[in-house]
Amino acid sequence: MLGANTMAVSVRGLTKTFRQGHRPALDNVTFSARPSEMVALIGASGSGKSTLIRHLAGLATADRDGDGEVRILDRTMQSRGRRGRELATLRTDVGVVFQQFNLVGRLSVLTNVLMGVLGRAPAWRTSLGQFTRQERVDAMACLDRVGLADRAAQRASTLSGGQQQRAAIARALLQRARILLADEPIASLDPQAARRVMEILSDINRSDGVTVLVSLHQVAYAAAYCHRTLALREGELVFDGPSTELTPAMLGNLYGAESEELFLPELPAQSPTPMALAAG
Amino acid sequence: MEAAPAGTVPPPPSVAPRRRLIDVVVVAAVVGVLAWAWEGADMRPMDLWTFRGNMATFLGDFLEPDFRRWQLYLEQMIVTVQIAIWGTVLAVVLAIPLGVLCAENVVPIWVYYPIRRLMDAARAINEVVFAVLFVVAVGLGPFAGTLAIFVHTTGVLAKLFSEAVEAIDPRPVEGIRATGGNHIHEVIFGIIPQVLPLWISYALYRFESNVRSATVVGLVGAGGIGQIFFEAFRGFDYAATSAIMIFIIVTVTMLDVASQQLRRMVI
Repeated sequence: MLGANTMAVSVRGLTKTFRQGHRPALDNVTFSARPSEMVALIGASGSGKSTLIRHLAGLATADRDGDGEVRILDRTMQSRGRRGRELATLRTDVGVVFQQFNLVGRLSVLTNVLMGVLGRAPAWRTSLGQFTRQERVDAMACLDRVGLADRAAQRASTLSGGQQQRAAIARALLQRARILLADEPIASLDPQAARRVMEILSDINRSDGVTVLVSLHQVAYAAAYCHRTLALREGELVFDGPSTELTPAMLGNLYGAESEELFLPELPAQSPTPMALAAG
Repeated sequence: MEAAPAGTVPPPPSVAPRRRLIDVVVVAAVVGVLAWAWEGADMRPMDLWTFRGNMATFLGDFLEPDFRRWQLYLEQMIVTVQIAIWGTVLAVVLAIPLGVLCAENVVPIWVYYPIRRLMDAARAINEVVFAVLFVVAVGLGPFAGTLAIFVHTTGVLAKLFSEAVEAIDPRPVEGIRATGGNHIHEVIFGIIPQVLPLWISYALYRFESNVRSATVVGLVGAGGIGQIFFEAFRGFDYAATSAIMIFIIVTVTMLDVASQQLRRMVI
């Protein structure tokens, strides 16, 4: 399938300015991620993490006067602020998990997960709300994998935050995304639910070889679950390297007083899955 | 909480003189508009007293309702409700796509702008005016009334439906988009589940008011109880008119109560 040199995600010179004359939200960001990599994206609030993820997901386009480019699996998702021709199919290859889960609260958990097939099933059939038996069975398997099979018939709004996030991950699983982008997936969760979500993401990365890019604002989680970390500050990529190099001194260097925000709140007392697990 | 040390709490803000001046100007303007409209509205409150004798006689006739032709009234009351049912249902069916196409968070301006103006026109013209037009087009009778209610209600519901769509949470819609779903998917799975309870409530409310409107369109010959009412009234048969009004009040009240219960259940 993919050649040895194929990058899962490749971003070059991405600049995004929301208001003319103001500081850009993304400033000439360049990086790439290999298939099966699990990369953390850290930065204080407002540093551009969400904006970057929205560009990678094909939900936003960069400045038209720049020459920024986003390539997914060696195909152009956007270039010079214009959508690539393959954007619609590429969106199916990229699963997105949002901070606020973005489930449809009044639909059942199962129906929310079934949204994962919309990109590949015939549109006329899914538009009528018809899903095949096989699709339902697959969706149940995805729900089972995140530990929510017994909640399939419930309305999504009745789930707790952690459960909703896991349902959102099940939706991305059914989508059979090759790349999973998670935008602050644990920022609204309590520590226990947060760990569970991070472990599921880590498992998807290791067992399925899915490339995972997860934005976090607690460095401890980045260090625990990801080998590599990207750090954004005011829209600029200021660090790209092994998570182990992110010592408090290093962060103080990168962020100054802002670095405190990246440490709080602390990880729960029971130490999370250590690196050994992620490597194993 | 402990009180802050004396001297650190600022005194409550006083009303600025500018603010008081604005109040005076507003009151003067309201009084001015009311005085100006008095003449045009032909306000003659004293006439209520001067012609009290006539009104007492008139009222007297109404106090003895004549229900001898109750079967006709019931039959025509049912026709009126049937006009409201079909007028509302057709309007809902059309207002669903039009409401979505009027929402500025779903479609570009060159789609929603012309459709909104079209809906404005459907709404601006009263059911009775449409009824007069349709009576000419399709002849006297309930069908003209149904069409009149249908067109006017489509304009009203499209606006209410689109306002509900504009108030949705955009995040679930983005979730659908991110899975690779198309625009139709976004509407069906992202938008409609969010607005459905409100849409049902609006549709039921319009059904209630359409039963009232359906009695009025009858006055211009568009069928139903209104037509019987107008015939009785013009024949100076105030006892029958009174009976018909009682039929209307009882029916409208019953449907209002039932519809309110239903609306409470969906929200």
